[in-house]
Amino acid sequence: MSILLPIAIGSLFAGAVYLLLRRSVVKLFLGLTLLSHGVNLLIFSMGDGLRRGVPPITAADGTTLPGTTDPLVQALILTAIVISFGILAFILALAYRANQAVKSDDLDDMVTTDRL
Amino acid sequence: MANHLFLPIVSLMVGASLTVLFARQRWLARGIVVGSVLFHLIYSLRLLWVVAAHGRQVSQAGGWLAPFGITFVADGATAIMLAVASLLTLMTVLYSFASLDEGYERYFYYPLILLLLLGVSGAFMTGDLFNLYVWFEVLLLASFGLITLGGTRAQLEGGLKYVVLNLMGSIAFLIGCGLVYGVVGTLNMAHIAERMQTIQQPGIMTAIACIFLFAFGSKAAILPLFFWLPTSYHTPPVAVTAIFSGLLTKVGAYSLYRVFGTVMQNELIHLAPWILTIAWLTMLVGVFGAMAQMNVRRILSFHIVSQIGYSVMGLGLASSLGLAAGLLFTAHVMIVKTALFFIGGAAEQIYGTGDIKKMGGLARREPALAMFWFLGIISLAGLPPMSGFFGKLALLQAGVTQGAWLVTGVATLTGILTLFSMLKIWNEVFWKKSYADVSKLPRVSPGLLLPGALLVIVSLALGLGASVLVDYTTVAGMQLFDQAGYIQSVCGLDGCEAVFQAAIR
Repeated sequence: MSILLPIAIGSLFAGAVYLLLRRSVVKLFLGLTLLSHGVNLLIFSMGDGLRRGVPPITAADGTTLPGTTDPLVQALILTAIVISFGILAFILALAYRANQAVKSDDLDDMVTTDRL
Repeated sequence: MANHLFLPIVSLMVGASLTVLFARQRWLARGIVVGSVLFHLIYSLRLLWVVAAHGRQVSQAGGWLAPFGITFVADGATAIMLAVASLLTLMTVLYSFASLDEGYERYFYYPLILLLLLGVSGAFMTGDLFNLYVWFEVLLLASFGLITLGGTRAQLEGGLKYVVLNLMGSIAFLIGCGLVYGVVGTLNMAHIAERMQTIQQPGIMTAIACIFLFAFGSKAAILPLFFWLPTSYHTPPVAVTAIFSGLLTKVGAYSLYRVFGTVMQNELIHLAPWILTIAWLTMLVGVFGAMAQMNVRRILSFHIVSQIGYSVMGLGLASSLGLAAGLLFTAHVMIVKTALFFIGGAAEQIYGTGDIKKMGGLARREPALAMFWFLGIISLAGLPPMSGFFGKLALLQAGVTQGAWLVTGVATLTGILTLFSMLKIWNEVFWKKSYADVSKLPRVSPGLLLPGALLVIVSLALGLGASVLVDYTTVAGMQLFDQAGYIQSVCGLDGCEAVFQAAIR
């Protein structure tokens, strides 16, 4: 698990960067999706991490009991998932409308606002 | 303990949900928006006074003690930014009444404006790093809606670039939050500041600080990260561009001030030479970009980038003096920039185009518009008696005092170039003879003129009564740079670690 997690995060980021550098809007969207997953896993690796047989519980006084793990990173990830879900849904709708208006999936065709 | 800090947040939430409900009842929705923003303005003006009289105001959400719960903090910098932001939003709403067609009002324009102000206010006041991320997302999502509302091809193209590049900044911010939690084990800004003093490997904090510089820098549009701004800002209606120019990049600049000036001061001192280099490069590239443009709003958009260089210069000086000057300048430029967008937008509305070659002859036909434009550009360029003079003077004084000659020199040069680029608009739009028959064009309505005129008058008043503003920002800069005082206000006299240890025992 502790070896697999960095590999998973690294491959998610690598795949995301690859897709983001493509010219297609759909691949751009997929790249952003992968990127947000990669970041969520990165945050996950910052806490003690969930391990088998270790529940994410803290005592009422804020301490982490022996045999439990810090639940805050899970809470952070949950917030981040919800936010990135909302924004990615918005981008998908926007990409669809842009695709309708420009009649192309190629980002290089969307340059009318860049010209002098 | 001052729980009134949640008042503006809650009132905006209520206002936004009511305007969604009454979106079809045009006048009712307008009334709710004006009432909601007006309340916010009155509250933040009172907050200016309260902070000056009683120092920092701190609220703990749900009564949780500081390092555990979410904290809201208001100091001088917060109060100034809140007051300016609500003033600009009020003017934008008034300008929207005159300039937008009914379709916008029916399709939730006002709720989005209120949510934008909500996100901005939250970002100004929060004392928790992850909470700052959430407020950023609130304001970004509102701005995504505003920039694409209308759905023309240009808006969709510009909006896509705006959304994607801003999302990259947000993701970098999220990575930074995660790493900070992994390294220091807390997200409360005061607690981070306290634990950073005793951290084992300072190198990793420098790396994290660079990630934050990237994240906030891409929101603030500093040099290598500003490309989303000129490609998207001229596409939505003028009112939207104006409020974006006043609020969005400045939230990025304010967050840089808060996170680097208060929380990561050691890193700020490490990175200061780099930040200053970014600052003068941003000033120059922005103003040169503006010179090449021939469209009113595009010229103004590039000037946003250039002015952000000045705000970043205040940060890069890494002292309370520099931060105070930067705050003064940022508050001034928010007001003037929005005013120029209003006036330029009014001219654009008369001619039906923003291409300055096709405009002309407005000085004779609309003398009031021309006069306020002229006052606005000399304020932006930094000539007395407008507020811009004192903003730039404070920055240059701070730069000279600290021996930062290069950035000070470039800042002076950029002031001259700004005047040159603004006079181009003046010559083309107002002074030169029009090619077409001007008398057939529509007159500018008072609703289009007044918001910009009022903001220019505010800028003039701030210039004439500059001593008040300078005194206030000097105190605010000291508060912003006073890390120990910040920790004590948030967590009590013994600091956050004492509260944390007591809770654990």
